[in-house]
Amino acid sequence: MKKSSYLLGLTLATVATLGATPALAKGKLNVLCSTDTDWCSLMETRFEAETGVKVSLIRKSSGESYAQLRAERKNPKIDIWWGGTGDPHLQAAAEKLTQVYKPKALPELNDWAQNQAKVSGYRTVGIYAGALGFGYNADLLKAKGLPAPQCWKDLTKPIYKGEVQVANPNSSGTSYTALATFVQIMGEDQAFEFLSNLHKNINQYTKSGSAPIKAAANGETAIGITFIHDIVKQVKKGYPVKAVAPCEGTGYEVGSMSIVKGARHLKEAKMWAEFALRPDIQTLAAEAKAYQVPSNKSATTPDGAPDFSTLKLIDYNFAKYGSAETRQHLLQRWDAEIKSLPR
Amino acid sequence: MKHSFIPWLILGWIGFLLMPWYLLEDGFWSFIWLTDGYPTDMDYAPAILQGMLAERLWLLPLALPLLLPLRLIPLTKNDPRYSRYLIIAGASGLIYMLVQGFAIGVSGWQFVSLDLLFGELEQQQYGMGYGAVLCGLSFLILLTTGLAASGFLKGDVFVTGSIGLVVTLVGIFVFFPVSQVLFSAFVDNDGSFAPVAFANKLFSDNIWSVSCLSSGYSCGIAWNSLALAISTAFLTTLLGLAFALVVTRTGFRWKKSLRLLTVLPIITPPFVIGLALILLFGRSGVVTQFFADVFNIEPGRWLYGMPGVLFAQVLSFTPISFLVLIGVVEGVSPSMEEASQTLHANRWKTFVNVSLPLMRPGLANAFLLAFIESLADFGNPMVLGGDFEVLSTEIFFAIVGAQNDQGYAAVLAMVLLAFTLSAFFLQRRWLGKKSYTTVTGKAESGAYMGLNDGMKVACYMAALPWAALTVVIYGMIMFGGFVQNWGYDNSFTLQHYTDAFAVGWGDFGVIWEGAAWDSLWTTLSISAIAAPFTALVGLLTAYLLVRQQFKWKDTFEFGTMLSFAIPGTVIGISYILAFNVPPFELTGTGVILIICFVFRNMPVGVRGGIAAMSQLDKSLDEASLTLGANSLMTFRRVILPLLRPAIIAALVYSFVRAITSVSAVIFLVSADHNMATSYIIGLVENGEFGIAIAYCSVLILVMLSVIIGINLAVGQRRLRRTDSISITPTKTSFSAPSLKEKQA
Repeated sequence: MKKSSYLLGLTLATVATLGATPALAKGKLNVLCSTDTDWCSLMETRFEAETGVKVSLIRKSSGESYAQLRAERKNPKIDIWWGGTGDPHLQAAAEKLTQVYKPKALPELNDWAQNQAKVSGYRTVGIYAGALGFGYNADLLKAKGLPAPQCWKDLTKPIYKGEVQVANPNSSGTSYTALATFVQIMGEDQAFEFLSNLHKNINQYTKSGSAPIKAAANGETAIGITFIHDIVKQVKKGYPVKAVAPCEGTGYEVGSMSIVKGARHLKEAKMWAEFALRPDIQTLAAEAKAYQVPSNKSATTPDGAPDFSTLKLIDYNFAKYGSAETRQHLLQRWDAEIKSLPR
Repeated sequence: MKHSFIPWLILGWIGFLLMPWYLLEDGFWSFIWLTDGYPTDMDYAPAILQGMLAERLWLLPLALPLLLPLRLIPLTKNDPRYSRYLIIAGASGLIYMLVQGFAIGVSGWQFVSLDLLFGELEQQQYGMGYGAVLCGLSFLILLTTGLAASGFLKGDVFVTGSIGLVVTLVGIFVFFPVSQVLFSAFVDNDGSFAPVAFANKLFSDNIWSVSCLSSGYSCGIAWNSLALAISTAFLTTLLGLAFALVVTRTGFRWKKSLRLLTVLPIITPPFVIGLALILLFGRSGVVTQFFADVFNIEPGRWLYGMPGVLFAQVLSFTPISFLVLIGVVEGVSPSMEEASQTLHANRWKTFVNVSLPLMRPGLANAFLLAFIESLADFGNPMVLGGDFEVLSTEIFFAIVGAQNDQGYAAVLAMVLLAFTLSAFFLQRRWLGKKSYTTVTGKAESGAYMGLNDGMKVACYMAALPWAALTVVIYGMIMFGGFVQNWGYDNSFTLQHYTDAFAVGWGDFGVIWEGAAWDSLWTTLSISAIAAPFTALVGLLTAYLLVRQQFKWKDTFEFGTMLSFAIPGTVIGISYILAFNVPPFELTGTGVILIICFVFRNMPVGVRGGIAAMSQLDKSLDEASLTLGANSLMTFRRVILPLLRPAIIAALVYSFVRAITSVSAVIFLVSADHNMATSYIIGLVENGEFGIAIAYCSVLILVMLSVIIGINLAVGQRRLRRTDSISITPTKTSFSAPSLKEKQA
């Protein structure tokens, strides 16, 4: 698909140059994409087809993306950063790596998406949301004769010893969201007591946030804590995994989009921003097997995605728990009190 | 031509007067500028027009050092002004270029003090382009020619120029970026100097804690890495020796196939071995489940953590030690063993007292290589590490993880660097200045001594199960691309291959529909471009090190070896920091990837070249020189042809290394230049194991065919002799990252 349009473009461009008319290209756009590859390329082709803008898109995890924007601060090469968990977008906003832009579609968005924009001083905006939860391998639990856990506190029961996996919050934004969620649900001291109990059941702190549920799908662990949409993805692939929205309530992430400060193709970046917030475009996510909740109220939530209206979502304080201070404090405490505990 | 500097001077003038001075936005290979407003369009204008039309007045003084050498044309080389003028012109030109490049950037003056001194600057400038590069090169050669003329290195223009070139390149592409990143260890996230924070990070418990010895708490990252690296190095060296002995000293039937195994780890993309191990020995792995069913052993998770990483690393690196050791074991001269046996030592005694000591350089090299590889390994700890934290992955997550602490990453990088360098120096101490020479010009016809029976059994016991396991694992990898959900739903499918590599026919010819084609083409072309440059720079450096004597040679050698010891993640980040802004603006291009590979893999070319060149008798060069050839001609006509095995090794190794390297590349890929490994990581992150494995299988096959192809194309060097012992075993030399010491 892409190659053919590229060839077509090349031929047309050659014809155009020969005819001494200005080139046909309608601008360029460099996109940094932090969602799954499928979704990235879907957005790329749709946008190119609709606007004629030549998109150069690279997929990197949100941590890598943020590191790149920081390193390129003096001379940015990226125009817009689309997708990826909200925290690094907020950090980038706080460091003024991204620029203020109020999309026209802002009023059409869900409150949590508008809130993300407000918190960042309109340097970023929410494009999708995903709730935290855990998934279990039904076959494995059955084989071991264990009941399915329903609440966060179930996970600390001794019967699940060595069966729970979660990422290391130092390396994974997903796991940091979980840490912040526990603190907000239980209060800080109780949360750390909960975590030290949980620690006894943890078999491994993974590096990547979605690794625990992949391990659960493959039967390497029984239970994995991660975002529900990642669990749904494994379910749809046919693995014997079940997703649980914990009974105490849960936190969530707001996947975001930011225009880079000093973008060389600002006009096209703004076009992309408006494009990405349109309900028909957000509805396409399901085609790319992405099961997050779209931020535009009129977009259709993909089949299988968690229904936010029935979830017990906490009032996640993004401003506080996204700030460098709180982050550093919680991570240091986790390192000191949890990580190196004996099991 | 009367003076050898004239062509270089002309090049400088071309750079100044004709070529576009600044970097072209359309890319290095694009020639749109020729028809698109050149020379007056300021994007494409040469320096002289930039200076006169765009008021970039600071470029005009560059004409002075280009004018000065013109005065020398009527003079002879013996004139004292000759060398003096050239040195002045070259040095001042280079210095001026650097100063203006760093002082003025995309937003005018780069330093606040300059703003205060001269007032704000309206003009800006971008990265150096063709013109600037040519000018710089010209100044450099003028300088080195001048130095040669003043008696430097016996006045050898070629050698002085080569040293100057290598020093400049290594300076720009190794020292400059690495110093940037190490410097960031001393500053906090806001960029202000913070020595206390540095000390805290350097001595933190995270790195150095030893509490695992006394309690259930976990140990520091540094100790983890060190323990892992030493165990890996020890085991791989032992296993490698067993393999080498089986191949050279026994009548084992499938020796050729064993040799083939050596190629495997080098052409294996990262992650794959780890993934295959999970499917075999993970909790739901085939082997584990078998033991659970038959012997009722509770499936465990021992694979995740140090045992698993060690297992994977030994699996990956054993063939490398085998490769290093086989040459050495073959090289041990049978006549010495014969002598020992004639003096009534039995085979065991001979082996322990004669053969083994003679293998010392090889054992040390194998150990050192595995040690360094293990420290820098990123893929295996990533997949199998579990809670077991090592330096290489922690560096990565310190930068991209939730901590975003570049300073901490730099501190960890320093620790890692310290380990590698100490290993390097220890190895040199241990080898000392003893002579290990066994390959001499003297004719010898002895047969190798066989192993005694006990040792034979021991070697078989160690090597053969291991070889079988390797075969099983690679079988799994090839098979993994053809099943639905690897490890869970093992029904046959071609879906992964069609997703990645579908090809169709359209109105304009072939359409590469598969998702992987883009990154595959980029990877292949970039690796193919990088390989010859790596070989060239590497062998040139080796030539200088072996054949020339000059001051600071040890420092020079150390500098060229440094990049081998630096972990990929550090290289990646340092390249972004150093090369994102003028004067060397390279990010987002394919050139940065090429340069990264060239200087990262150069040490291998250097080592291979040194090893090969030490074996060539110096009298060959001398003969050539006596017959009136200069050193350039000698290098080209005498040394290079004799170095064919080393050239193949450097070419193949750098090509393959470029394809499989991952940690450095993650930060350097861009939308238009995406590499296969970084694409595969995305797939692995998303759990698309099927496509990832299919892609890896294709990469393995591509690399294998390239290795065979290059071997056939370059061929073997022709030495008119019939000795039974070849000087370097060409069969094995193509892939050896052989850190062979000079055997003298």
